[in-house]
Amino acid sequence: MTEPVPEIIIEAGRTEVQYWRDLWRYRELFYFLAWRDVLVRYKQMVIGIAWALLRPFLTMLVFTVVFGRLANLPSEGDAPYPILVFSAMLPWQFFANALTECSNSLITNANLLSKVYFPRLVVPTSAVIVSFVDFLISGILLLGLMIWFNAVPTWRILMLPLVIAISFAAAMGMGLWLAALNVQYRDFRYIVPFIVQFGLYISPVGFSSTIVPENWRLLYSLNPMVGVIDGFRWAIIGGDVQLFWPGFLLSLLLVMLVLVTGIRYFRHMERSFADII
Amino acid sequence: MPDTVIQVENLGKMYTIGHQQKGSYRYTALRDVLADGAGAFLRKLRRPGKSFTPFNREEFWALKDLSFEIKQGEMVGIIGRNGAGKSTLLKILSRITEPTTGRVRLKGRVASLLEVGTGFHPELTGRENIFLNGAILGMRRAEINHKFDEIVDFAEVSKFLDTPVKRYSSGMYVRLAFSVAAHLDPEILIIDEVLAVGDIQFQKKCLKKLESIEDSHRTIVFVSHNMSTIKGLCSRALLIKDGEIVKDDMPETVATHYLADAQEQQAMIDFKDSYTAAEISFLKAYLCDKENNLSSSFDNRDAFAIHLEYKLHKEIRGLRIGFLMETIEGIQVCGATDFVFTDSTRKPGIYKSKCLFPAHILNSGKYTILFGADKFPYTQSLMRTEHCLTFEIEDIDRERPLYDRRPGIIKPTLTWQVVRPYPKNQ
Repeated sequence: MTEPVPEIIIEAGRTEVQYWRDLWRYRELFYFLAWRDVLVRYKQMVIGIAWALLRPFLTMLVFTVVFGRLANLPSEGDAPYPILVFSAMLPWQFFANALTECSNSLITNANLLSKVYFPRLVVPTSAVIVSFVDFLISGILLLGLMIWFNAVPTWRILMLPLVIAISFAAAMGMGLWLAALNVQYRDFRYIVPFIVQFGLYISPVGFSSTIVPENWRLLYSLNPMVGVIDGFRWAIIGGDVQLFWPGFLLSLLLVMLVLVTGIRYFRHMERSFADII
Repeated sequence: MPDTVIQVENLGKMYTIGHQQKGSYRYTALRDVLADGAGAFLRKLRRPGKSFTPFNREEFWALKDLSFEIKQGEMVGIIGRNGAGKSTLLKILSRITEPTTGRVRLKGRVASLLEVGTGFHPELTGRENIFLNGAILGMRRAEINHKFDEIVDFAEVSKFLDTPVKRYSSGMYVRLAFSVAAHLDPEILIIDEVLAVGDIQFQKKCLKKLESIEDSHRTIVFVSHNMSTIKGLCSRALLIKDGEIVKDDMPETVATHYLADAQEQQAMIDFKDSYTAAEISFLKAYLCDKENNLSSSFDNRDAFAIHLEYKLHKEIRGLRIGFLMETIEGIQVCGATDFVFTDSTRKPGIYKSKCLFPAHILNSGKYTILFGADKFPYTQSLMRTEHCLTFEIEDIDRERPLYDRRPGIIKPTLTWQVVRPYPKNQ
């Protein structure tokens, strides 16, 4: 093991150069922090993993009854309403959980931040990874639903990883903004639950975004989760589900914008984390 | 000629202190920023042309223009009172916080140990925590796997590897935590006062381990309040005062210089605001003789009392208030706490912990005391003062005919018997 002796220069505003190299050097820490959170979460629970299944399943039931039966809203294509709801429930729950965990991650790991050096991006990213584990678990439920309803996916299911990546980027981008703001202004602790609750209503989770009037759809797509959810439905349900491309691309653009600015803001604030946390 | 591995040039660190932020309210609320902003805006409207700063801020330089070099294989101790800038220096060296001015060049992998057991999770088992803590300290998984048995052996916890660490005794907890850190393999190791925890036996073992690290040409920067540790371990010491290096020399010389400051006898100290944290504030400490009068010199034949008044801001579980007594030369005499049991709690309010120190223990000489507080699971201190009380023990009753000081730190009352064990033979 002969590694060249690295030289580190510490100077005001100089961390940038070494930062991305360090991020790579600490890559195992992503895994370990996520692993810790998953392990701790399931350690003291009786039904453990079942929680990750039960919550989206029950929400899906309620939404199917309220929107599908009582309000009698139309589904997309010929998809059964539960599948319509669940294919949106998956990315939404992932986004909501990731956002909540991510925005609190720096505060809950305050002790780490003030005592050890590592690229701070590791902490919020691990928080998103933990939510991603839940996402994968509830994905099993979708599989079960599709078997139950005999829904056969088309080639579009192959695009699913891409849409998942977009939802990951959306959660990450927003999460980084909120995590950094949360360190400086603790008020954001109260704002995040509100965003999550509010977002559930303004995102097409319980209903199809096709019921939004045509000339309002572009405006509706300003909510990045609209594009993400539409993308999920498009990939999962297949058949004659049409993707509203202008809206999808607008959402995609916004997600990228939030992610890039999120990383930059986080990097900018990161220097002072240890001093103010 | 060994290489320079740490080069510090004109290092400075400035903090801005908002005057409204005191004690536990360290973070800003968005509400306040908005309110202050609006207030400033209104004032500006009323009196245009004059600018107002929204915060009443003060600049504070924790480090001023520090320059020094450390060569490969050196073991350097850093000495200084609380608030002198030691911790800030360590935080900059370990890249936790950025300097405001100046630069530092470090050659080689750096590992810092500012606290024992950072990132330990009480719910996880010993085994799991070894991996987690190792990763946090910058070890690769392969490296941890490779050293796993060694770490476990060193910590002496092999029987409890699969027990959550919340069920560990505080001694086991500290041993495990230190053991992980002691097996780091960096070229430069930065250590804060971490040896202050744990039992004496283990402390010694850790010191041995550290010394063996020095043999292998590692560079160590080490902060301690304990002068004898610094003298015993380090080859060089830096004394920092008010953010500046005032002495850079052999450990003995620097330690004497440092202790000369504390030479004055002091029977009482009012801490004012210098030891205030989120959970606890130390108010004042004093020494009383057997008649309960403030005093800083005691007769060896009399008991005396050590008092510490403090205020709890929150309910604290398993709180321990303790002191550490050292001779003026920096040799530890004893330490004790008012520990009751782990699950005891103390409600918020003002308290006094008083320790009666018995007669016929200390030999004549000068002693200093520092105070500390910690709470369950006793891995980091809530508060630790510098040497703040200094007193003298006078030995009036020296045995005649030689009015000599007996050797050593203690002067117990001993019982001697002189007999003839074999009376028939001789």
